[in-house]
Amino acid sequence: MAENKTEVKIHVKDLKKSFGKKVVLDGVTTDIYNGEVVCVIGPSGSGKTTFLRCLNKLEEATSGEIIVDNFRISDKKININKVRENIGMVFQHFNLFANMNVKRNIMLAPVDLKKETKEEAEKTAMELLKTVGLEDKAESYPSQLSGGQKQRVAIARALAMKPDIMLFDEPTSALDPEMVGEVLAVMKDLAKAGMTMVVVTHEMGFARDVADRVIFMDDGIIMEEGTPEEIFTNPQNERTQAFLNCVL
Amino acid sequence: MTQIIGTYGSLLISAMGQTLLLALCGLFFGCILGVIFGLASVVDNKVTRAISAVYVHIIRGVPMIVLAFFVFYGLPYGLRTILGIRYTFSPLQAGTICLAVNCGAYMSEIIRAGIQAIDPGQMEAARSLGLSYWRSMFRVVLPQAIKNMIPSIVNQFIITLKDTSILSVIGFPELVNKAQNVIAITFKSFETWAIVAVMYLIVILILQQVANALERRLSRGRK
Repeated sequence: MAENKTEVKIHVKDLKKSFGKKVVLDGVTTDIYNGEVVCVIGPSGSGKTTFLRCLNKLEEATSGEIIVDNFRISDKKININKVRENIGMVFQHFNLFANMNVKRNIMLAPVDLKKETKEEAEKTAMELLKTVGLEDKAESYPSQLSGGQKQRVAIARALAMKPDIMLFDEPTSALDPEMVGEVLAVMKDLAKAGMTMVVVTHEMGFARDVADRVIFMDDGIIMEEGTPEEIFTNPQNERTQAFLNCVL
Repeated sequence: MTQIIGTYGSLLISAMGQTLLLALCGLFFGCILGVIFGLASVVDNKVTRAISAVYVHIIRGVPMIVLAFFVFYGLPYGLRTILGIRYTFSPLQAGTICLAVNCGAYMSEIIRAGIQAIDPGQMEAARSLGLSYWRSMFRVVLPQAIKNMIPSIVNQFIITLKDTSILSVIGFPELVNKAQNVIAITFKSFETWAIVAVMYLIVILILQQVANALERRLSRGRK
């Protein structure tokens, strides 16, 4: 996955996004490299989630350029479905398919998009469930799982498409405190395996331990970015300092 | 009462057959219209949404008896005088059109509301995996929505079944129409209408039982 750390996986240039008159992203520019783990932090309403959702076009950018995996997804004509196959996404509220059991949740996309036969997909699903420690829940329905289990299934579901990039949108924010650890552990393993990850999070400990780079966003722009040491121990921007004083 | 049942029972039962035939025709095309306009009102397209909204508003705002007169008497007259086409609808055709158009509007509202009640996160999760809009709709959103819609759909079926009685005014030989004939001969309106009422009641109770069984079956295994 991650041999070449200098290859740009996600290129974002002057990304702007408005909802009606409200400007949410006001010119975001950054490059994310192959195998890099980037944590995006910042106060609520700062545009972190919108930024993440623009990367797989769940939100359409108002202007600017986004290139993911050499696909210019800010282009209107691009077949976004094809690009999304290579970008996994994990949501704050899990969004497991309520009408399917765990195994079918994971198998749906690979089988439906003809990436794998049913047998292959089932094998993959069971392997993935094993890596997230839930092989005994294959036949359960989402409503029978705890929040932490749901989120681990959601990660497995995203990984079933064998993506190069994983986007995490506050993956632990809706969890009870005692379940945060199990989800972060899965994400840590993923980071170690060399996955390119963009993680919007309030888990400063995770950002400090796992991130290669931390981006601090506020008011729709990147206020400051750097290694975890730079951001957490020696923040330059006063907004970053104020924010970190509140949360640390 | 027994005399009416003895003499006219088979006539009334075959009239109930006509009622059911008309209801089935109306429901069949009504469901098709409902699915088309229901989906048209949720997709991200202003034009189809507007068309669907106009359709629903018109049907909701016009009493079915007016619709029946319009289709049966008005339309053929209009076709002849404006377009020069000579065409008359049979009562079954006109009745089917009325019921279908009417049922379709309400059905489209049921389908729209059912789809919109599903957490948008379900669609987003499916799309984020690379599934197209329609694949996500048919694999993930609709199966969940349909389950919630079933009680409303059954309710609409029952309403449509009862609405067939309105089409007695255009001479379709359904139960109410035939009951009026029986009364014209026997003058026994109390007994006849009581029998007719019980016949509707029995059919609708059976329909309700079938629907309940179907609902139980669909919700089995899922929570």
